[in-house]
Parts: sequence; structure tokens; C-alpha cells
Amino acid sequence: MIDYLREIISGTWSLFVGLGITIRYFFQPVVTVQYPYQTLPMTPRFRGHIELVKDEETGETRCIVCGMCQKACPSNCITVNGEKREGVKGKVLTEYRLDFTKCSLCGLCVESCTPKAITFSKDYNLAGVRKEAYIFDLKKRLEAKNR
Amino acid sequence: MHVDPEIIRLLAFLIGVIAFAALNAAYLVWLERKEAGHIQRRIGPKEVGPFGLLQPLVDGIKLMTKQLIVPAGVDPVLFRIAPILVMVPAIMSFVTIPFSETLVARNLDIGLLAIFAFASVNVLGLLLGAWGSRNKYAVISAARVVSQNVAYEIPMLVTVVTLVMITGTMNLHNIVMQQQGGFWHWNIFNFSASPLMPVAFLIFFVCMLAETNRAPFDMAEAESELVAGAFTEYSGMGFGVFFMGEYANIVIGASMATILFLGGWDCPFGLFPGVHWFLIKMYFLIFTVIWIRWTYPRTTFYGLLNLSWKILIPISFFNLILTSAMLKVF
Repeated sequence: MIDYLREIISGTWSLFVGLGITIRYFFQPVVTVQYPYQTLPMTPRFRGHIELVKDEETGETRCIVCGMCQKACPSNCITVNGEKREGVKGKVLTEYRLDFTKCSLCGLCVESCTPKAITFSKDYNLAGVRKEAYIFDLKKRLEAKNR
Repeated sequence: MHVDPEIIRLLAFLIGVIAFAALNAAYLVWLERKEAGHIQRRIGPKEVGPFGLLQPLVDGIKLMTKQLIVPAGVDPVLFRIAPILVMVPAIMSFVTIPFSETLVARNLDIGLLAIFAFASVNVLGLLLGAWGSRNKYAVISAARVVSQNVAYEIPMLVTVVTLVMITGTMNLHNIVMQQQGGFWHWNIFNFSASPLMPVAFLIFFVCMLAETNRAPFDMAEAESELVAGAFTEYSGMGFGVFFMGEYANIVIGASMATILFLGGWDCPFGLFPGVHWFLIKMYFLIFTVIWIRWTYPRTTFYGLLNLSWKILIPISFFNLILTSAMLKVF
């Protein structure tokens, strides 16, 4: 009889303890991020598609058109084109095309780049209805970013 | 032309009662989703209108535009009549609930009995709908609902009988009038009648949760086991009416707890009694009902029956005997 009553009382008490916990959560501020309106800062090691790094001194790309990234890429998604110009040392980048439909974000291109001219972008909300939307011209992208 | 004022009064109350029931059913869904959100530290609905306040309207329109599928093989009459059998008694119960000293559609002398009579029709509606659906989940759910309601009607009615012994009336208006003048007059603190009155309130509240099929006693629509239980075959507004009936029943249950134990429209400090105090108490109880849903997981079916037969029924009977002894002695 004593056990029966003790079980009822302790059981009822535990129910009230549970209610206390949830009501405390009820009055605490919300922790969810309202995504389209708010975004969290992306983590530094996030791997988006690659992009060209801006050289702080010249404002241009650091790419020397050595083609190492193109060779390193296992999926052949990088095409680098450059030309020799009068009065400029080394080659000048004319086109850096990334076919993101094939890229697996392995990062071998970033590793192989000697002048550290490419890095991972923080773009994660890409959307498109055509395959061509994912063939990026990274040089144009950098120029658009500089503007 | 002379119109009997009684007819106008009747029509006004009819419209008022239906509007109150429907508005509550719609906005309790909003309250439920908001409260669930904040308990889980989310926001809940917020996109449609300010604070998501138009969400119930949008949900209602969505349900109304959906096709009312009547599957092959169902009982055509029972299947269609069941949602109405759940909704109508809930609305009818509002007729005799006194919201304030003057705001009552019909002050019946047997109001208490009428409400509990209507409340038991709700189970019948669920049973008929589930049986008529010709769906095994629905039938299992119906069997559960009926045994659950039989189990919980006993402690609830025994508690109510205890209360009727104390008040000596079944007229809800008179029951509230006896509790006027501050919270120490309320039946929940009526220690001179029985020292177990708070326990009786707790029993009544738990039974109310079980009668309205709310979590943690929502055996009728245990999603993880029974798809949607009795509502499996219902679509569109057929389901919507069941849903509204369920929320209307919660409002009835909270109103009854307010009237029987918490002094109805009486102010706790004896100041400015009125309909607002009734609504504050009622919505606080509804808030608690939702709060409980988002705190406890669903019990097992055996746990639910054990709670009723082994704990609630013995205690409520003990309270009944204690109260009658105390009424006789003092």
C-alpha cells in the first residue's frame, strides 16, 4: 500500500518536473535560423566550386596559366587558356572555364596550384534549370566581383 | 411585424456558439503549432500573415479545395455521418455552458448531465467512422478509443458525482455561483468538503485529456502504429470536421474544468468578475493541454488502461467515500 502511494506520488512529481523543463524551453529564445532571411557564416573549410583568387597588389588574378590544375583534375572539368602579350612577363589568362556538372570537389586543383590562385568559394545555394548554367567562366566571375 | 425576442436571442446565440466553436477550432491549431514550436525552440508558423495568424484560414481553404474521397467498400451512410456526429455534440455542449453570469444560451437545470451525455456521443462518432471506413487501422483505433473512453469515463463521472454531492445541483450557473468571492471559495480548494479536492481536479483533468484523445493518450490516431487511426480513410473537409470537433471538445473539457473546479467567471481576488476571467482560465487550461502534448510521449495502451483502472478509479472512489463521510459528519 505504501509502495503503491509512493509510486503514484513520485510518478506525478516526475510529470511536473517534465512540464517544468518544457516550459523553461518555451520561454527561452528560439535557436533556429530563419534561413532565407538569415544565414549563418559559412565555415572556413567549406568546399564550394573553385574560384580565382584576387591578387591584392594588382587587383588581377594570380593565375600564371601553368595548366597544373587542368592536368590534376581527374574529371577534366577545368579548361585554362592564356596568351603571350607584349611587355608582360609570363602568360596572361584569357579564359578559365569550370564545368561544375562534372566536378566532385576533390580539391586536387587547389592543392596543385603553385601561386595559390584558386580557392574554394562559399557558394552553396546554386540553382539552375539548364546544364549550361553550371559551366562557369571564372575569369569573368572574378572581374564581375572586382567591379 | 412583431418578432418574438426569444427567437432573435436564440438565433444570436446559435450563430455565436457556432462561430465561437469554429474560431476556436481554427485558432487552437495555430496556438498548438506556435506552442509546439516554442517548446522545441523553433518559431512555428510565421509566413502567412503577421505571426502566421492567417495560417488557419489558408489551411481551411486548402482542406476545402480537396476532393472528398469516399473509397469503394465503405459504408456510405456511416462514413459520411461520422464527422458530423463528432462535431455536432461538441457545438451542442456550448449551449449550456455559462461564460458569465448573463452570457449563457440556455441555463439548463441538468446542464452538467447534458454535457456529459453529449460528450459520450463523440466516441460513437469515432467508432462509426472507423467501422464504416472498412480499414483495419481504423477498426483497431476504434476498439482502442472505445475501451479507453469506457475506462476514463468512470473516474471522470465519479469525480463529477463527488462534486455534485458537494454542490447539490447540476445547474452549471448555480455551481459557479457557489464558488464566487475569491480563489479560496473555488471547488479545487474546497478542503472543508474533502481534503482531496486538488487531486480530484487532477483526476478530472487527466480524464479530460483521455476523453478528448489528446496526447499522451492519443491512442485513436497513434501515427507511428495506426497511420491516422480512425481518420485514415478521410480526406479533405471530412478529416477537417473531425479535427475541428476534436478541438471543440478540448474547449468543452477546459470549460468544464473551469466551471466545476476553478470558479467559472469568478476573479481569483474577488475583483471584476466577468467573461474575461472565464476565458483566461479556459485558455490557460487549453495551453496546459497543448503543453502536456509536447512534453510527454504517447503511453502504451496497457499503461493507459492500468493508469485508469489501478490508480484513477480507486482514488476517485476513495475521494467519493471520503467526501460523503465528511458531508455526513460536518
